[in-house]
Amino acid sequence: MSQMQEFLMDKVDVCVIGAGHAGCEAALACARLGLETVIFTVSVDSIALMPCNPNVGGSSKGHLVKEVDALGGEMGKNIDKTFIQSKMLNRSKGPAVHSLRAQADKADYSRSMRKVLEKQEHLTIKQAEVTDLIWEEDPETSIKKIKGVKTFTGAVYECKAAVLCTGTYLRARCLCGESITYTGPNGLQAANHLTDSLKDMGIELRRFKTGTPARMEKKSLDFSKMEEQFGDERIVPFSFSTNPEDIQKEQVSCYLTYTNERTHEIIRANLDRSPIYAGIIEGTGPRYCPSIEDKVVKFADKERHQVFIEPEGIHTDEMYVGGMSSSLPEDVQLAMYRTVPGLENCRIVRNAYAIEYDCIDAQQLYPTLEFKKVSGLFAGGQFNGSSGYEEAAAQGLIAGINAAMSLLGREPLVLDRSEAYIGVLIDDLVTKENFEPYRMMTSRAEYRLLLRQDNADLRLREKGFRIGLVSKEEYEAVLKKKSQIEEEIQRLKSVTIGASEKYQIFLEKYGSSPLKTGTSLAELMCRPELDYEKLGEIDPGRKELPDSVIEQVEIEIKYEGYIERQLRQVEQFKKMEKKKIPQDLDYDEVPSLRIEARQKLKNLRPVSVGQASRISGVSPADISVLLVYLEHRKGKN
Amino acid sequence: MDTDTIAAIGTALSNSGIGIIRVSGKEAVHVVNQIYRDKNGSQTMHSMKSHTIHYGFIVDEKGEAVDEVMVSYMKGPKSFTAEDTVEINCHGGILLLNRVLELVIKSGARLAEPGEFTKRAFLNGRIDLTEAEAVMDVIGAENELALKSSVSQLKGAVSSRIKELREKILYETAFIESALDDPEHISLNGYKEHLEKVLKELLTEADKLLSGADDGKILKEGIHTVIVGKPNAGKSSFLNLLLGEDKAIVTDIAGTTRDILEEHVLLKGMDLKLIDTAGIRFTEDAVEKIGVEKAREYAQNADLILFMADSSVPLDENDEEIIRLTSSKKCIVLLNKTDLKPVVTEDMIRKAFYDIAEREPVIIKISARESVGVEEFEKALQEMFFKGEISFENEVYITNLRHKEALQDAKTSLLMVEKSLRENLPEDFYSIDLMGAYVSLGKIIGEEISDDLVEEIFSKFCMGK
Repeated sequence: MSQMQEFLMDKVDVCVIGAGHAGCEAALACARLGLETVIFTVSVDSIALMPCNPNVGGSSKGHLVKEVDALGGEMGKNIDKTFIQSKMLNRSKGPAVHSLRAQADKADYSRSMRKVLEKQEHLTIKQAEVTDLIWEEDPETSIKKIKGVKTFTGAVYECKAAVLCTGTYLRARCLCGESITYTGPNGLQAANHLTDSLKDMGIELRRFKTGTPARMEKKSLDFSKMEEQFGDERIVPFSFSTNPEDIQKEQVSCYLTYTNERTHEIIRANLDRSPIYAGIIEGTGPRYCPSIEDKVVKFADKERHQVFIEPEGIHTDEMYVGGMSSSLPEDVQLAMYRTVPGLENCRIVRNAYAIEYDCIDAQQLYPTLEFKKVSGLFAGGQFNGSSGYEEAAAQGLIAGINAAMSLLGREPLVLDRSEAYIGVLIDDLVTKENFEPYRMMTSRAEYRLLLRQDNADLRLREKGFRIGLVSKEEYEAVLKKKSQIEEEIQRLKSVTIGASEKYQIFLEKYGSSPLKTGTSLAELMCRPELDYEKLGEIDPGRKELPDSVIEQVEIEIKYEGYIERQLRQVEQFKKMEKKKIPQDLDYDEVPSLRIEARQKLKNLRPVSVGQASRISGVSPADISVLLVYLEHRKGKN
Repeated sequence: MDTDTIAAIGTALSNSGIGIIRVSGKEAVHVVNQIYRDKNGSQTMHSMKSHTIHYGFIVDEKGEAVDEVMVSYMKGPKSFTAEDTVEINCHGGILLLNRVLELVIKSGARLAEPGEFTKRAFLNGRIDLTEAEAVMDVIGAENELALKSSVSQLKGAVSSRIKELREKILYETAFIESALDDPEHISLNGYKEHLEKVLKELLTEADKLLSGADDGKILKEGIHTVIVGKPNAGKSSFLNLLLGEDKAIVTDIAGTTRDILEEHVLLKGMDLKLIDTAGIRFTEDAVEKIGVEKAREYAQNADLILFMADSSVPLDENDEEIIRLTSSKKCIVLLNKTDLKPVVTEDMIRKAFYDIAEREPVIIKISARESVGVEEFEKALQEMFFKGEISFENEVYITNLRHKEALQDAKTSLLMVEKSLRENLPEDFYSIDLMGAYVSLGKIIGEEISDDLVEEIFSKFCMGK
């Protein structure tokens, strides 16, 4: 929409709009696959910016990072280089929910990612606001095709594909009480023009909202009134390519404190000044990271809420106040924060605020993250209605890979719900109705026993290698690991021990019931009180194996029953995923579909019967009808 | 292509008492072999030639004969579905037919989805492609019916109990999941002990529901039977007699049954939905008036009306009104209080029916107080049923079986949770099977899971950041 004189700046393969966590992955994937790529950002200083929490990973998000890494993405490697504290969450629980989380040095993280981008061959960084997409329409099929992008200054970049990763910048406005500024996160310039261009193309936009807490001056806080939270003694890396020995280092601490009744009183007394409760905010906010106002209102019976004080980095004294995001006015914020033990004399460096932005309902996308209406236009990240750095990176990677695959004339990469959290994430986004920024959760993954963070490499390295983002050495390492795991499991299943005294003594020592007949080591390992390490005492035949192999062997054997059950479910699931629905299917021609189902199917145009079955409002009967119709059609052709 | 083995009742359940159970799929012969014995008591399914028919018995888990049957075997592709097919012709009436179907399911077949036989026939090329549309219509229609009946046939009480059970399961799952998703805000310390307790309650409730399903009490449908009669004729006493419990309020004061009572009774394999109504009489009492109106309404929609006549007081205009009400309906007259001095005789009733409704009534003499006449009543009922004068849809029974299957699945899942607790597995394993139970129970009340869990997590537990 800019009025500037247009001129042709460059002809490239791919334009990536936005250089946040999604944009970086998308651009790197394309460039690494040899495509000339430009990445646009409103500020080169804000590449891979972390405008909210200072950490990467966490429950289920850690899984996403590992999967991104296994496929050849950058996030895992980058956090391994720049973390200042690391923790494996849920360690006391099952292996499927172990989740790695690292505190990042935000500035380092951003700088380090920028360096990777700068060094990448075929990749150009450009500071500019993209205001228009250029496209042409096929008069016969009325399918639009992307031709290029135009910046605010009139520069035109011709391209064959574009990836939208605009995050929270589109027509952004930030709210802090009565004060409203029309900026992106962190006071950065918003992108105010692209929305109109997208609407011109027939893309529908919606408005979401999210928020962030205040940052405080470290020296104004009294940590003696808080509980110190340490990192793990033994640090586990995110990236499968990082050598654990290289990242063992001194870590910084976080601190835990709590709100109290006085905090809640102040909030309740000032609710009328909250833009959300006063009705100024139109966007839908996420329920999983509610503002402190929301927590106090919705969970009125809770006497206190946790507050985590986390460093923003080691070169800054700013501290992030986790758990207390807010859009209350500045004076109320200060009063509220100062009721919290340790924060009595706090000085706020940056106020908490809520941010509203334009994004899309991702049902407009194929599972490849390409727009159904615009060929060559892809989208990833918060623009698709998600939230979180990790969710963004995962989508960015897939959008980038598929933009590249389409230009290279190769098969797209679509991961299904049984292959990866990334598959669950994207399937949910493009299939289901989302009414708030979408966050990954382990409960969303129905096959989570199979989708563990510890086996992301076994699941996805090969795909990454075939695409071309994983090196031969990295791939061969996984092959070796695989065969070691299989051999060891086989060995443990075939080595049997008898009921002789030596073994009974061993069993007695660990409170395990004595043997009556011969049994395999694998069977013994299934006993809750025994494990691989303990069995070493009666297993002289074992080879020296890496910890990562032993971990897999142990999980595969101990949870075999559960894992097999999920594998059987996956088999059923795959059947329906494999039944593809032609995109030219005329649903009006399918008899006996119920009206609601017909409408939904026409709207969403699912790619497989499996996807169709997950659309709300499509019943099993509709699926049956659809199956019969597809067979009928196949028979005719 | 689906390859599992399916089973269903192949003919509509009719009053004839004969019904066919069709089993189709790779394992059809193997499945039936487990429960079929020939006249010598041998398992001979595997030696049966294709397209032959054999006489024998279906036996239950204990090896006891359940029904006398004719079994025929059609080897695929020369069968309706083009798969191996076994048909079991049962003779013992509806209840036994269902019992046999249950045994087939237990032996490894799956209950067929509505229209599934037709669908398979089509997919296997047995039906011409041009018939595809008709097939889809059938599937659509049958599904609608099944869906409608599965939900509407649930008794209000059963449905709310299942909902309650689901709510409890969902709450626990959501708690575990929120702790997994946000371990720094929500702790699972001491949770195992809590879950052990809750699980016991859940299992007890599931067991209760299951035993209810065995009695056929889970369903609302059946032969809509309305008991009418003037106040204090003994309607409630008779109902109690059939039920063997004191559900209806019975006093000697006329007009004590003001609400409509609804109960299920299984008599000789027939499922009666019995509705006790307030006595019909001209009344000025406002509350009672509503009850009387309702009674008329029910009588109009009934499959069968039981007219309770009091032999100890003379017929009056109230009785005439009732006889008028029954004129276009199947009706059995129960001449009650034979233990008292008779004022009204069978002939008087017969005459009243001729005069008012121009028909011959079926009359049975009973004494609700002294438990006399129930057997005669059952016999009369059976006769009407076999003559085809009263009937009901088979969908009810199929649904019941589906419900039972789902309840059983839910119980199995809960037992898995118990096992995981016993074996001290980590908490995330509990929620997998809890969710399994939740999904199974949802099938009964016709609800899909969709995003229930995520909704529950957000609405009940405060997640951080």
